[in-house]
Amino acid sequence: MTKSATSKVGRRAVLAGLGAAAAMPGLTRYVQAQSSEPIRIGFQVHRTGIGAAYGRWYDRTSKAAVKVINAAGGINGRPIELVTEDDGTDPKRGAEVVEKFATAHRADVVFGTLFSHVVIGSAPRAGELKLPYFVVSEGHHVASGMLNRYTLQPGITDVKSQVQAMAPFVADNLGKKVAMIFPDFAFGHDHRDFFSAAIAKQGGEVVAKIAIPPTESSFTKYFARIPRDTEVLYHVMVGPAVLTFVKEMGEFFGASRPEIFGFLDSLEAVDLATPGLEFLDGTYFWEGNPRYAQADQSAHDKFFREAVGVDANGASVSDAKDVSTYSHMFGCWETLHVIKAGMEAAGYQGPADRAKLIEAIEAMGPMAESRAHPQGAKRFNGKTHQTFGHQFISQVEGGRLVLRHRTSIEDTLYPDEVDYTTRPL
Amino acid sequence: MSRALVLHLGLIAVLFAAAFLLPAYHHGNLARIMVLAVYAMGYNILFGYAGLLSLGHAMFFAAGMYGMGLTVRYWDWPMILALPFGTLAAAALALLVAVLALRTAGVAFMIVTLMFSQAGFLVILYFNPITRGDEGFVIPQAARRLAGLDLSDPMNRYLAALVLFSVVLLACHRLVLSRLGRVLVAIRENEERARLLGYDVWAHKLGAVVLSGSVAGAAGAAYGALFGSVGASFAEVPFSILPLLYVLAGGAGTVIGPFVGTAFMFYLRDLAGTVTDAHMLVAGAALIALTLFARRGLMGLVRARWAGWLP
Repeated sequence: MTKSATSKVGRRAVLAGLGAAAAMPGLTRYVQAQSSEPIRIGFQVHRTGIGAAYGRWYDRTSKAAVKVINAAGGINGRPIELVTEDDGTDPKRGAEVVEKFATAHRADVVFGTLFSHVVIGSAPRAGELKLPYFVVSEGHHVASGMLNRYTLQPGITDVKSQVQAMAPFVADNLGKKVAMIFPDFAFGHDHRDFFSAAIAKQGGEVVAKIAIPPTESSFTKYFARIPRDTEVLYHVMVGPAVLTFVKEMGEFFGASRPEIFGFLDSLEAVDLATPGLEFLDGTYFWEGNPRYAQADQSAHDKFFREAVGVDANGASVSDAKDVSTYSHMFGCWETLHVIKAGMEAAGYQGPADRAKLIEAIEAMGPMAESRAHPQGAKRFNGKTHQTFGHQFISQVEGGRLVLRHRTSIEDTLYPDEVDYTTRPL
Repeated sequence: MSRALVLHLGLIAVLFAAAFLLPAYHHGNLARIMVLAVYAMGYNILFGYAGLLSLGHAMFFAAGMYGMGLTVRYWDWPMILALPFGTLAAAALALLVAVLALRTAGVAFMIVTLMFSQAGFLVILYFNPITRGDEGFVIPQAARRLAGLDLSDPMNRYLAALVLFSVVLLACHRLVLSRLGRVLVAIRENEERARLLGYDVWAHKLGAVVLSGSVAGAAGAAYGALFGSVGASFAEVPFSILPLLYVLAGGAGTVIGPFVGTAFMFYLRDLAGTVTDAHMLVAGAALIALTLFARRGLMGLVRARWAGWLP
């Protein structure tokens, strides 16, 4: 009797429980979350402000990467949903956007920030919120130890490694007496300091360090300060005055110029066929990724170009005047693939697994050149949260950039300045 | 207790209750809004009550921020010293600027303050090895402690912002009802008449600039301590325009207006950004609408229509 009654109640309870479970949207949602609910990736993009040209291409590249990843099954079988917010290339808004991703959008991770001042304004909030924050900035801020355990840069190399890797080529092929022209703010000072040290190691010297104030719009008076015995002029200019800078440089030197080496940051998203840039013919540039498809173009670069919609000249396939930021935007593509690999290695299910994700990415090392890494092989340093990779030196020839040298990854390495893995999660 | 005091204490009580009721996203936003509202209240002392339109208040905000940040970065000062030092740095800068800028008036005052502010921005860039120039620097989480409280904790941050906001709000309320506040309004309305009545107009204006700059500096110091970074963008011209927009939207010459304006502009920017990239166009349209239909700002409209007692 007792047994029978118990059995009857138990059966009812089980049935009622099953019915209630089926009717509970929360549980249904939970079950679904384990299987097919999208991974929400917050994309902090410079849609407006000084970084808008970069942001436009970061946006296109990221959407293309998400499309490719989702078409191949997503992350652990779950599709990626990209949630985009404009930070106005402003550190104040950047920090607000990070908070919004964490608390309003419920993003699993955030990625995509480029400009260093926005990274530095945003990263502290990401660290406090314990929100994995993947920057695509090339700033040295991550590897310098300034940031936190939750901020990583696995998809693009930093300025210190880029600059030091240029010194051997410059010293061996262009000259050992270098005059540097750079913008008088942190980005320019990084170039000044890192390159000065690197060229000294090659037996060269910097004979002049000419800082251009950020508000400057005329440059001829600065060229007059370049010493006569200069063998190489190293320039890295950014902002709207770049075209004036190059034009005035041409007028100043005429046919008797020294060797000229620059960073393509000066001319990202700028067509090399723009009138006034003819003077650059024969000069050299660092490139993060060769803008023009080279004769020995890899299948991975071909795939990447087609997926993003970039032609062999580095411009949009739909508008030849819309030149890409090819030296930087691959970083978004590669970062998204690193996030995918990290989540799969960590068995990522949801925000509770964010710490596992950080540890999984810190455990990564070499990354082979592949569709996921079309710019080339990488070596991720889990202690410094910074990736290292090949750099490219190209020469302007007939209005195109022709690849002359590809550095090794070893050329870009430097001693660790931080071990983030010792900091608490 | 006056109706105005009840209103202001009521706002503080609502904000205190909101600390425990709001979802995380709005909780964080409100902490930020309160600090920015302090900046706007500082601006309002000069613009709303003394009638001096500055286009360079970012230099005071940045002086407070860097005064706090650099002492923490290089000398490991505790926040209990670094925060007041930031405010003092802004006060000293405001005194210097006031002595020179108050030789001018009207449009010239606007231009001189704008130029001083731009010079301040360039000084930050010039001393890049110390300030890290345009990039700025991070205030380490371990340094962001005040009286044993971790300011990076969301609740602590919110309550710290509320304390600062409350002190400044009540001080502003007290100020505008005081003799000093009334003289400032008299100067705003008719400077010659105030002078004829025997008031030292220059000294009162000087006091207003220093007070306004100090409050802006306190906001800057608090912003860096609460949100963990210091940067030159807070010294740029657009950051001088922000408090003007906040005050115009909320109601110049009202104590509560800067808070209302800051909250309004913050959420307008946030919501517009989810709809369009042209969020500044939306903000511009809203400001034009306010200019057409509520020339004295939201709280100015409330005061004109329904609450003439509003200070």
